Amino acid sequence: MAAQSTIEHRESSAPARTPAPAARRRAGAGASLLRFARSTWRPAAVLAAIFVVWWAVTAADLVKPYLVPSPGTTLDVVLAQTGYFAHHTWITSYETILGFAIAIVVGVVSAVVMVYSPTVEKSLYPLLLFAQVIPKIAIAPLFIVWLGFGLTPKVVVAVLMAFFPIVISTVTGLKSIDPEMLQLSATMGAGPGQTFTKIRFPAALPHLFAGLKVAATMAVTGAVVGEFVGANEGLGYVILQANGNLDTPTLFAGLLIMSLLGVVLFVAVELLEYLVLPWHASRRTDAATTSL
Amino acid sequence: MTVGNTTTQRPDDATSTGAAVEIDQVAVRFRTKKKDVTALRDVSLRIEPGEFVSIVGASGCGKSTLLKLVSGLLRPSSGQVRLHGEDVRGPRRDIGYVFQRAALLEWRTARRNILLQAEMRRLPKAQVRQRVDELIEMTGLTGFEDAYPNELSGGMQQRVALCRALLHRPPVLLMDEPFGALDALTREQMNVELRRIWRETGTTVLLVTHSIAEAVYLANRVIVMTPRPGTVAEVIDVDLPVERDYGQTMSEPAFARATGRIRDLLGATTTAE
Ligand SMILES: Nc1ncnc2c1ncn2[C@@H]1O[C@H](COP(=O)(O)OP(=O)(O)OP(=O)(O)O)[C@@H](O)[C@H]1O
Ligand SMILES: [Mg+2]
Repeated sequence: MAAQSTIEHRESSAPARTPAPAARRRAGAGASLLRFARSTWRPAAVLAAIFVVWWAVTAADLVKPYLVPSPGTTLDVVLAQTGYFAHHTWITSYETILGFAIAIVVGVVSAVVMVYSPTVEKSLYPLLLFAQVIPKIAIAPLFIVWLGFGLTPKVVVAVLMAFFPIVISTVTGLKSIDPEMLQLSATMGAGPGQTFTKIRFPAALPHLFAGLKVAATMAVTGAVVGEFVGANEGLGYVILQANGNLDTPTLFAGLLIMSLLGVVLFVAVELLEYLVLPWHASRRTDAATTSL
Repeated sequence: MTVGNTTTQRPDDATSTGAAVEIDQVAVRFRTKKKDVTALRDVSLRIEPGEFVSIVGASGCGKSTLLKLVSGLLRPSSGQVRLHGEDVRGPRRDIGYVFQRAALLEWRTARRNILLQAEMRRLPKAQVRQRVDELIEMTGLTGFEDAYPNELSGGMQQRVALCRALLHRPPVLLMDEPFGALDALTREQMNVELRRIWRETGTTVLLVTHSIAEAVYLANRVIVMTPRPGTVAEVIDVDLPVERDYGQTMSEPAFARATGRIRDLLGATTTAE
């Protein structure tokens, strides 16, 4: 009886011990977005500072305008030909996103197959490594020969670039599962499918997202590399043309838009991560600081 | 009123049906690259339905291995394991397993962690909802149903794991040092709760523990194991009333005798415990 009452005492004191009620941390997408915004203002400030320096350097005439055009000139170039830039940006975006999407599907599927079949893993791994170490710029011309002048070879190069980090991170994630979790699943009578969807895959998501973030930037690079080798549209083509004409403002505009494309894709993946994994450890630190 | 029933093996009935768990001349050997390890040798046990049996022994003597055998997560190298008279051949789903660490899914709330059991077993939702509420109330988790594991204390996490293991009303509950990570006070409280839950549910419980007091307070019988290769050193019948108040039990002579005997056995067989 005495012990019984101490339990009740403890339970009634428990809420005070728990820092954040679940409801607050799990307020939904709104809270996730807010935390996301909080975590992005710093890099945004750094980026702004770089622009200010760029502007200051050109405004003070420290370098020749034909070597480094001012931010204003660069912006004017874009505004003067919005249709032109929009078209080429769209082409590169299309190749990048399509390549990224294919890389995700192919990468995740091959990772799953490799984790479940050691035989496949052993035979596929050297092939993967080979595909990774071979310089893409060197095989890109071959793809042009094989696949023509259109968008396909660019998408293929983007896939090749983005694929590797996705496979590696997914394999790592799926393998890092606590064996006790799998045993628990077995005592629940779960089949391999249930174990995968309810335990193993969700547990691998933090690793997978880390890989996706690297892959997102690689996909942009891949698409542009593809365009460098042979294209009549896309940002890579714009940059090459501008370079040939010593048209540095257009060159800068192309470079900036290209970088922006990479950043947007990266941020989109990060945003998705915040929405999908509000529970992940890396999110908890800022959850605690918000109450300060 | 003798405490130590110093038979290493209960005299088996001629008909071995009716037992909840039967372990017959079991040995387990692990083969690793460097060497072979005999974790268990010549272990025979018989546990009746509704019994609460504690298992104590030095670290590495094969206690976890024993539970894995009963659950079918591990096959014996020789001998036989039977659950309700049935040979254990693969992972059994008619058990509840509580691991040393709570083993909760950190992306699921307390309630949804408990519900994992129902989802895996495809139990009807409506029927399960009420059962979850009962368990949450029984284990004092009310108010924390929607908290994530990282928002729960260690004791609460273990309670969630316990609820998950009890959800499908398993006839046999296997617990591997479930309270090892808890502070002394919380641990005592969990012991009282576990004792009450056991009495309410009538489940057969096998509990591995390093705490001699916990082993004796909770169990009808305590199995004391020898160091590796583990075998049953002695089975101790705990001569305490069914109704056990925690503080009062600690001061019972029968409690002191049982814990003393276990301490002697462990002390005699290990250098430091
Ligand atoms: N999968 C395995 N492969 C090889 N050896 C193993 C394996 N599992 C257990 N062992 C060995 O078997 C022996 C018993 O292990 P077990 O985990 O059952 O011990 P235990 O009694 O539960 O110890 P503890 O009290 O420390 O948890 C140990 O010596 C261990 O090294
Ligand atoms: Mg153990």
